Amino acid sequence: MAITPETKKRLVTAALLTPASLWLFVFLVLPFIAIVVFSFGERAPEGGYQASFTFAQFANLGARAAAFKNTLMLAPVGAFLCLLVAYPVAYYLAVKASPKYRLVLVSLVVVPFWTSLLVRVYAWMYILGARGLPHLLEMVGIENVRLLNTPGAVLLGIVYSYLPLMIMPIYVSLEKLDRRLLEASADLGAKPISTFFGITLPLSLPGVMTGVALVTILLLGEYLIPQLLGGGKVFFIGNALVDLFLQSRNWPFGSAIAVTLVVVVVIILLVAMRIAWRVAGTRQVDLV
Amino acid sequence: MRGFISAVYVFLYAPIALVVLFSFNSGRSASEFVGFSTQWYAKALSNTFLTDALQNSLVIAFISAVLAAVFGTMAALGMERLGGRMRAVFDGLFAAAIVVPGVVIGIATLVALVQVFGFINPLLAAAWPGEQPPKLSLGFGSIIAAHGLFTMALVTMIVKARIASLGRDIVEASNDLYATPFTTFRQIVLPQIMPSVLAGFLLAFTFSFDDFIIAFFVAGSNTTLPIYVFASIRRGVTPEINAIATMVLVASLCMILIARFLMREKKTTN
Repeated sequence: MAITPETKKRLVTAALLTPASLWLFVFLVLPFIAIVVFSFGERAPEGGYQASFTFAQFANLGARAAAFKNTLMLAPVGAFLCLLVAYPVAYYLAVKASPKYRLVLVSLVVVPFWTSLLVRVYAWMYILGARGLPHLLEMVGIENVRLLNTPGAVLLGIVYSYLPLMIMPIYVSLEKLDRRLLEASADLGAKPISTFFGITLPLSLPGVMTGVALVTILLLGEYLIPQLLGGGKVFFIGNALVDLFLQSRNWPFGSAIAVTLVVVVVIILLVAMRIAWRVAGTRQVDLV
Repeated sequence: MRGFISAVYVFLYAPIALVVLFSFNSGRSASEFVGFSTQWYAKALSNTFLTDALQNSLVIAFISAVLAAVFGTMAALGMERLGGRMRAVFDGLFAAAIVVPGVVIGIATLVALVQVFGFINPLLAAAWPGEQPPKLSLGFGSIIAAHGLFTMALVTMIVKARIASLGRDIVEASNDLYATPFTTFRQIVLPQIMPSVLAGFLLAFTFSFDDFIIAFFVAGSNTTLPIYVFASIRRGVTPEINAIATMVLVASLCMILIARFLMREKKTTN
């Protein structure tokens, strides 16, 4: 049988995509189906999973309400605080910084993001811990300050860890901004402040949206920051999941929480993309 | 404004600098720098639990990054040849592999693998002729595979971006001059996408090397460096961890600098 060029082309395409397809199926699609199935099951007496079809796990989500409450409050608040710190930095880098140093300054913002998150969070444990800042405060007479294991410490860790990820998309959208618009605004007699609120800020909104969505989504699954800086007092969904799977071995309930988490992530992603599209008109905004 | 910007840079770097500084402290204190010493590095490097974990992490990161680079590049090239709906399906799956929180990927992989092992192991035991049948379990293989998933997606994204900006005219010229598709690929396409493949490899290596949460679920009884560091942090802060943290920082920094350098290459060669 002769192989036509068309068939040969298809075979090559299929061969190129086979390993990735296998991987995506076995380690993404199949596991996801597994946790959906598990979420309708029951906990076996010895831990793990027992086949069943019940909505009890989903009905029981309230049992981990504290984790949901902490995550759904602290993740957006953390992302917003991040934005407050990030915007001026992005604005400075894109608009004010001299072109000579811009690349260096931008790289310096990115470098910490690419270094180990575990190490950076550990650094704050070190600073906020009893032998760090509180010890120094004691020397000047302020005693018994507790910094570690508080919601504040978690928020600080969030702002610190995700700041670079918030700065970058805002910087990118500000850098694309047409300078002539700013000049035109000034020529027409607008004060700098009204130029900022009338032109700069609205045009940077796609970047702001991307940054807020990215950081919020990553925070929803956060484990290390609440674990190390919240000391088990400020539980996130990620901490609840580790606890349910590795300690109490209640796999069906954990699966129900994991499925809910994915659904929340998808909803936030879709809403953010829709808002970003509306703000940006027809321009596409890449969230990933 | 300048003051605020400077403060942010100090905020970003001060904690890291502090950990590095105290890794050279000759005293045990976390708040007083007594004198310079490399004793904690010596202690860390003579700790066999630590060096074993380090070795595991390096092997896992290397193998999963090689898989990610090869399969991810193949997928990027393959997706170029796809049209419409199929392409959107792959785009969606790769995006999901990156966006779904690591904690969920870890859990889902654990749950699915335990089921698969529970199904295969009895079959293996029944079919095995010898005394001791092999038993599939969590470990190196599962960490490599789970890391391979999101690092492969990362490589595909990076290489796809590079392919999109590739000059098609040279490829057409090569075909017009009767080069075989393979020759065209080897001499025209591959050299041009190579920097992005290498950058993808290094990023994949760094991500795998740094990942804690996925490995935490699927490692079984094996330990990787982040798992070891996490466990020792929970036992209490010691100067030895400062030394380990500094080494981890320097290693990931080197990887990233090389990767960024390779990715920058694409603008100049275009």
